Amino acid sequence: MSDPNNESEAFRKARTGRNIAIALGLLAFVALVFAVTLTHLGGNVISNAT
Amino acid sequence: MARPSGRDRVQILKTTTTDFEPAAAGVAAPARWQDYLLLLKPRVMSLVVFTALAGLFCAGVPLNPVLAGTAILCIAIGAGASGALNMWYDADIDALMRRTRNRPVPSGRVQGADALAMGITLSLFSVGIMGLAVNLLAAGLLAFTIFFYAIVYTMWLKRATPQNIVIGGLAGALPPAVGWAAASGTAPLNAWLMVAIIFFWTPPHFWALSLTTNDDYRRAGVPMLPVAKGEPATRLQILIYSLVLVPLALAPAFTGLGGWAYLAIAGVGGAVFIALAAKLFVGKDKVDAKRLFGFSILYLFLLFAALLGEHLAGLRPLALRL
Repeated sequence: MSDPNNESEAFRKARTGRNIAIALGLLAFVALVFAVTLTHLGGNVISNAT
Repeated sequence: MARPSGRDRVQILKTTTTDFEPAAAGVAAPARWQDYLLLLKPRVMSLVVFTALAGLFCAGVPLNPVLAGTAILCIAIGAGASGALNMWYDADIDALMRRTRNRPVPSGRVQGADALAMGITLSLFSVGIMGLAVNLLAAGLLAFTIFFYAIVYTMWLKRATPQNIVIGGLAGALPPAVGWAAASGTAPLNAWLMVAIIFFWTPPHFWALSLTTNDDYRRAGVPMLPVAKGEPATRLQILIYSLVLVPLALAPAFTGLGGWAYLAIAGVGGAVFIALAAKLFVGKDKVDAKRLFGFSILYLFLLFAALLGEHLAGLRPLALRL
């Protein structure tokens, strides 16, 4: 396993950027699933009520 | 047999190629998140999203904005996944071409295995979400589009036949049908008319480009038409496909898909398209090829913008009907 202390600043910056991008992607995925679920759930509630 | 990683293949190419040095080959620059974004071919993705949006709105079915946005997101990510798979597989020939040698995999910034993993993951994600959130027809068409681009075009046709971009062009033509299916759950004739327009637009568009990058394709051994059959045959084929494309692009005005604005744009744009193709055929000038390539992008954009604009503005009653 590589020693983090020996990694260059450029590598650390690049890795941090990638990690932030992955975190944002995962958050967007959660938000997407939440919104789609509410949309489908809302449609079903309306159709059951009528 | 396991494929060598992108960096390994570039190294092999470096030691076997004497007349051309792939740029930045083997340089172990750290991969930034922007490099992974480039794997998704954002410029191609933007055209795919635009034509899919046109299909989605032309379906004329009210769709929940969340589901419409999800459908477009899935189409965009599916297109990006195809691009990543293409860049993984084509890293060896990309390294030999000036236009593509700085892509993330051939330049060594991203490992080939990472591009492959990203392509597969995003393919599964886009098709899965499309099926669960929107409908199965749209998901099936999206899966077929990814399969056709990544497997049929990239892994088979591209290196096998001068007709590679004619048949493979189907993958780039399908997004309007995916968008239409996402909105309505069906794919009627008008959806396939939009597909046919892009399908017949692709050969003159790509061959005009390949006339100007002939040396790249020859060096990489890709049998694009100008390499395999020569430039005169390519110019003739461009003219023939243009003569098929332009009348076909007028058809939506007679099927209830497009209106007067569309007809005017398709008519004027088509006349310019054929004039440029004819000039290229007669004049044999590379500048004419560049001009046709540039105009072909504008032409397709205007056609789909007209369809989209008419439907958003509610101008469809003006449509001609046979």
